[in-house]
Amino acid sequence: MSEVDSIERGLLSTFDWRQARTRWSMRLAQGGVLVLLLVTGLGPILWLAKAATSDTQDTLRTPMSLWPSGFDMENLSIAWNRADISKYFVNTLWVTLGACLAQLLVATTGGFVLSVLRPRYARVVTAAVLSTLFIPGIVVLVPLFLTVLDLPLFGTSLLNSYWAIWLPAGANAFNVLLVKRFMDNLPREVFEAARVDGAGPFRLLWYVVLPMSRPIVGVVAIFGVLNAWKDFLWPLIVLPDPDIQPLSVRLPTIRETVELDIFLAALLISMALPIVIFLVFQRLFLRGAGLGGAVKG
Amino acid sequence: MNVLTRWVRNGGLSTFVLLLPLLLTFGYFAWFPIGRAVVMSFQETNLVDAPVWVGLDNFEHVLRDPRFWTSLRNTAYFTLLALLFGYPLPLVLAVLMSELRKARGIFSMLAYLPVVIPPVVAVLLWRFFYDAGDTGVFNTILGWVHLGPYPWIQDKTWAMPSLVMQATWANAGATVIIYLAALAGLSSELYDAAEVDGAGVWRKVWHVTLPQLRNVLLITLILQVIATFQVFTEPYLMTEGGPQGSTATVLLQIRDYAFRFNDYGAATALSVLLALFLAVLSAIYFRVTRAWSTT
Repeated sequence: MSEVDSIERGLLSTFDWRQARTRWSMRLAQGGVLVLLLVTGLGPILWLAKAATSDTQDTLRTPMSLWPSGFDMENLSIAWNRADISKYFVNTLWVTLGACLAQLLVATTGGFVLSVLRPRYARVVTAAVLSTLFIPGIVVLVPLFLTVLDLPLFGTSLLNSYWAIWLPAGANAFNVLLVKRFMDNLPREVFEAARVDGAGPFRLLWYVVLPMSRPIVGVVAIFGVLNAWKDFLWPLIVLPDPDIQPLSVRLPTIRETVELDIFLAALLISMALPIVIFLVFQRLFLRGAGLGGAVKG
Repeated sequence: MNVLTRWVRNGGLSTFVLLLPLLLTFGYFAWFPIGRAVVMSFQETNLVDAPVWVGLDNFEHVLRDPRFWTSLRNTAYFTLLALLFGYPLPLVLAVLMSELRKARGIFSMLAYLPVVIPPVVAVLLWRFFYDAGDTGVFNTILGWVHLGPYPWIQDKTWAMPSLVMQATWANAGATVIIYLAALAGLSSELYDAAEVDGAGVWRKVWHVTLPQLRNVLLITLILQVIATFQVFTEPYLMTEGGPQGSTATVLLQIRDYAFRFNDYGAATALSVLLALFLAVLSAIYFRVTRAWSTT
């Protein structure tokens, strides 16, 4: 079987596609899927974009009509400036950036040691990392909170500090295993050659392994950003000070304090960045999401 | 001493230093809290006095709490509905989408779009969509075809299905992409062979596509159950557990114990019970399904 054949055909054969009834049923079903995806995928975003630029009364009285009393960009600037969305947006950026960097640091160094350097204790560590994958996140919620409240050996509290989000974000077993698995498939001869040339572990990681691992580092980074931006429960618990809270934690409160059109503008601003990042890095996202299945499988 | 210098000279120290970020983050924020959870569930902790061993008191307290059974029933109901709505849908979508060539990219993009919307934004937006008045967004749309108005999240019986609908919308896309990746790796020879045996489209789906996907299907099923059992953001932000406690879930209960009543012992005891339940469930599941799995 040639490569082209295996790519070109799926469930339906060329013969099936020539059958008018099969072809039309399939096209019809796919058309239905397209309509469904347009309505559910784009619909809510477009509606929010409309409502965020409409008057509160319009949205309440006739939610589905298009700008009955005019298009109004002012909501967005009021939300950004007067409802302090700009401040919470910057907070979210900090939370996201640090969480992403922590995940990258732990996943690349950890994956590198466990996959490439393989010290004698690597097996034990890998097993210990893997085991956390099977423990539901909820189990650690309260003890993790108490740990953050009084960090053992350091005796400090990370409450109301972004470190309380950044550091636990690093302990992500899924990332470590993803990177380890990718590095397992890199050609070991290259590492040996670098070692013969006198490269120590740090240079080996920085100049040889990391450049070869760019695709998987991209996947870890992009999902690191997305998941940090989406997180709600954990920042709600460890950042009680409103001044440093990210958008996700502030939005429920903002909802109760501002008018509807301003609130909807705030929602639009909060979802804008993840959507733009997704549209720009689509391939990376979709490949990573597919990988999720591969690792889980 | 000699052993130590040799270890350092052979790069043992740099290896260990490189592993430190992993050891420290996992040690502090994964391994230690997991162990602590088990210990804490047998203790009474109030952050001021030293913890006191109380045996099984916390578990007894949690199991005697009438809200435990309500929240367990609600959570199981959420999980069940999420399976009914959300499990077959991504599979159907993925099978139809995998027959596309050029347009598959745009379909995948549209399917994944809800997944990247932050849950808080999505839940608060849907909360507005679910407005029970006849000028609510969903009620307006359904009004065009003379349906409704429906009470959605205002009503005891409707609230949970409404939450499930939102959760399915938010998560289905991720599973679609996983199935698409699995379908792309499916060998075409099996389809060829089935056709030689005279199989039609439906029989190919039943005898080739589904059996070939079964490993992925089995995994996504149990992962979905584990994830939906830990549902929090939807009931917390959309219905606050109401109306009349109809959407109070186990996680809301844990949050209440820990952060409203400062009863950390009860909170961890309930967490540990939930984790044990999910672990036993997964173990039984993998044992039962091992016979159907290919590996």
